[in-house]
Amino acid sequence: MLEQQFVNALSLGCVYALFALGFTLIFGVLGVINLAHGAVFMVGAYAALVVVANLGLPLWAALVAAMLVAGLLGAVIDRLVLKPLRRRNAPHLIPMIATIGVAIVLNNAAQAFFGAGNLRFPFGTVPEGVLTVAGLHVTVIELGIILLSFALMAVLMIVMRRTQFGRALRAIAESPKAAWLLGINVERLFLTTSFAAAALGGVAGVLIGLYANALYPLMGQPMLHKGIAVVILGGMGDIRGAMLGGLFLGFAEVLSVAYVGSTMRDAVAFGLLFLILLVRPQGLFGKVVQRKA
Amino acid sequence: MLELTSLSKNFGGLHVLHDVGLSVPEGAIFGLIGPNGAGKTTVFNLITGLLAPTSGGIAFQGQDLLRRRPNEITRLGIARTFQNIRLFKEMTLLENVVVGAYRHMDYGYASLLLGLPRYREHEARARERAHELLGWMKLDHKANDLADNLSYGEQRRLELARALATEPRLLLLDEPVAGMNTGERAELMREILAIRERGYTILMIEHDMQFVMGLCERIAVLNFGRIIACGGPQEIRANEQVIEAYLGREDDEQAEQAQ
Amino acid sequence: MSGFEDFWAIYGNVVLTLGTNSLLALSIWLTLACGMLAMANAAFMGIGAYAAALLTMNYEASFPVALAGGMVAPALVAALIGLPTLRLSGVYLAMATLGFGEVVRVTILNTESLTGGALGLNGIPQLTQWWHVVLAVVLVLLVLWRVRRSKVGRAFDAIRGDETAAGLMGIDVRSTKMLAFVAGAAIAGLAGALNAHLTFFIGPGEYGFDRGVEILTMAILGGIGGLAGPVIGACILTVLPEALRGFSDFRLVVNGLILVLIVLFLPQGIWDPARFSRWLRKGGRRHA
Repeated sequence: MLEQQFVNALSLGCVYALFALGFTLIFGVLGVINLAHGAVFMVGAYAALVVVANLGLPLWAALVAAMLVAGLLGAVIDRLVLKPLRRRNAPHLIPMIATIGVAIVLNNAAQAFFGAGNLRFPFGTVPEGVLTVAGLHVTVIELGIILLSFALMAVLMIVMRRTQFGRALRAIAESPKAAWLLGINVERLFLTTSFAAAALGGVAGVLIGLYANALYPLMGQPMLHKGIAVVILGGMGDIRGAMLGGLFLGFAEVLSVAYVGSTMRDAVAFGLLFLILLVRPQGLFGKVVQRKA
Repeated sequence: MLELTSLSKNFGGLHVLHDVGLSVPEGAIFGLIGPNGAGKTTVFNLITGLLAPTSGGIAFQGQDLLRRRPNEITRLGIARTFQNIRLFKEMTLLENVVVGAYRHMDYGYASLLLGLPRYREHEARARERAHELLGWMKLDHKANDLADNLSYGEQRRLELARALATEPRLLLLDEPVAGMNTGERAELMREILAIRERGYTILMIEHDMQFVMGLCERIAVLNFGRIIACGGPQEIRANEQVIEAYLGREDDEQAEQAQ
Repeated sequence: MSGFEDFWAIYGNVVLTLGTNSLLALSIWLTLACGMLAMANAAFMGIGAYAAALLTMNYEASFPVALAGGMVAPALVAALIGLPTLRLSGVYLAMATLGFGEVVRVTILNTESLTGGALGLNGIPQLTQWWHVVLAVVLVLLVLWRVRRSKVGRAFDAIRGDETAAGLMGIDVRSTKMLAFVAGAAIAGLAGALNAHLTFFIGPGEYGFDRGVEILTMAILGGIGGLAGPVIGACILTVLPEALRGFSDFRLVVNGLILVLIVLFLPQGIWDPARFSRWLRKGGRRHA
């Protein structure tokens, strides 16, 4: 019984990790708490649905579409909303409030277009079937989620650690002004990061849509709350923290549902969040140092 | 009036201050000088309770200052200005100084909610005093301007006026003339002497040697977290270790640049 | 006279909600005035609502007692969590208080025997009269107005400006922040108690993240430079959904859009005394 929960927890944790990665990237590089990340996640899911259900294309195309659509949305949000606020040197909680507005717009627009009810991916989108890996039963969906997530996380780690681009991002995370003085095109990298982070969110949306077999306009909201908890747990702006935190939350939730009861499920994330903030606000990997201008 | 005894401060492995001791007599103008990074502002932070010492003691008029919060220490009679100016930028000059009078506004909630005489009296008195202090600093004509609109030198003077509003016995001034021109420095020198005449004791950190030598009766020199000399201006000027501390630094910088 | 009665029959609830929303916006104004972004007021509203409702329903308490209970309960909770939480700043404080809100919601969900759980409390006596709400708003405004003009208000401004410097002015920063936090909780609780006895039904879903965001939006929209700001923000956000009824599905979209536009173009909110005095000064110079 416990072993079965392992696969369950791992796939859920992977999705949480992907979502949290996007969220923490935006905080780490742009310094903004993007409360529209949940809406972007939702848009990715619906984009994939449209591609599969209305355009009849296969799942891999839908995943690519989700990344592109969500990524573009993220880039647009950066250009239209976040950039003007940067230029104005707004105190850093103001952009957060602006992203709340964006989320409201997106969530309710989705509701207007798609209706408030649950939608599903058409039957046959993902092959049915259960595989046996290392003595555990794994559905195709779970396997897909785990493999894809780890692949994306590996790519992200390589980019951040081994490429010039990643180095530039880390420089900006330390101090945008210093990075700019070093000749780094900070604005372009903000745009790219917004795109990439949103794309990750979009993929997470599709994966959850498949895992839970349900899409609804407000699906981003509970995800956002958990994303916040994960990022605080792992340390805001820290990539390893987001990954480990996401996995940890997946396990914590699944185990608590199995052993305590399903009503406590949502409380787990927030209970942890509250505790961590009281005991070690910087999370597992975060630094207490405030970001310089 | 102020006694620092064997004061030490470590940040993890970094030893910022080591066995610092000095004694500021009442009514004196005392200078604390030393090369950059010697730990002078850390001494101020320890005195005002923003940091806790790793070991050693601080006593003010016989009272132990350790383990007290900054607002308690201010209430005991110590006020300070900052190296990097921490004014309330969104407030006017007058409001900035009136904040300083906070602990002297002794009225309760009933008074403030009902607008009783006690509230009105204290508020009026605070405003009068604020105008007076701004007058000492020659800033009274700008009382209703925003603090953010002042020049650098004026902002330093405003900080001093605000510190005085707390009615301290001891004033800690952190680089009071940094960024001022010669005329402003001479002016401030006169103002500080006038303040001392009014009964305040002053401990200041400064880099401007002329200013320090001209004003301070006693000077302590801090280098790499230790006091290397303490005495009158003549003694300090002639002290070999002090000269080396300052000049030695310049040699190091020149050598680095050459590489 | 019958015109007024008709108006009231249709819009009475909106007007009363306007009052309770004003209280909520003012409650968050208190913490924002101290420079703290604390998003727990929706939770405090919920605690106040449930406390007051339970008092009238289970203990047959009189309305004033219920209202008092609705203020004291959240204040006590705020005092409890304030001490560890207010040490945090900026983002972390916002997140911690948001998290606390969710904790409260889940607690309500899991104490069915007391709170009715997910089904909420039904049949709360509709005791709130228009004059209760008006009185509450007027009293709170009066108190806050006087506080602003006193050393306490100045302490708030100083802490918001520079916490360290404020401490060195003799201000007890910790206590002052606690005061703002606890008082804000009490006011939010009062709003919740009044609201509960207006709508006769309350459920845990009403006091979560969305409500917290709404309260913050009202304050930021209206501007926190003066007391009129939060009230104006509350008015706009209460009336707007009614005015936009014609847009049906799109009215919330418009809500969100307005928020974004305000943040982009009117950063200090609508009621910005500093902007007004700049306008007045510019006007004066032109005439000189």
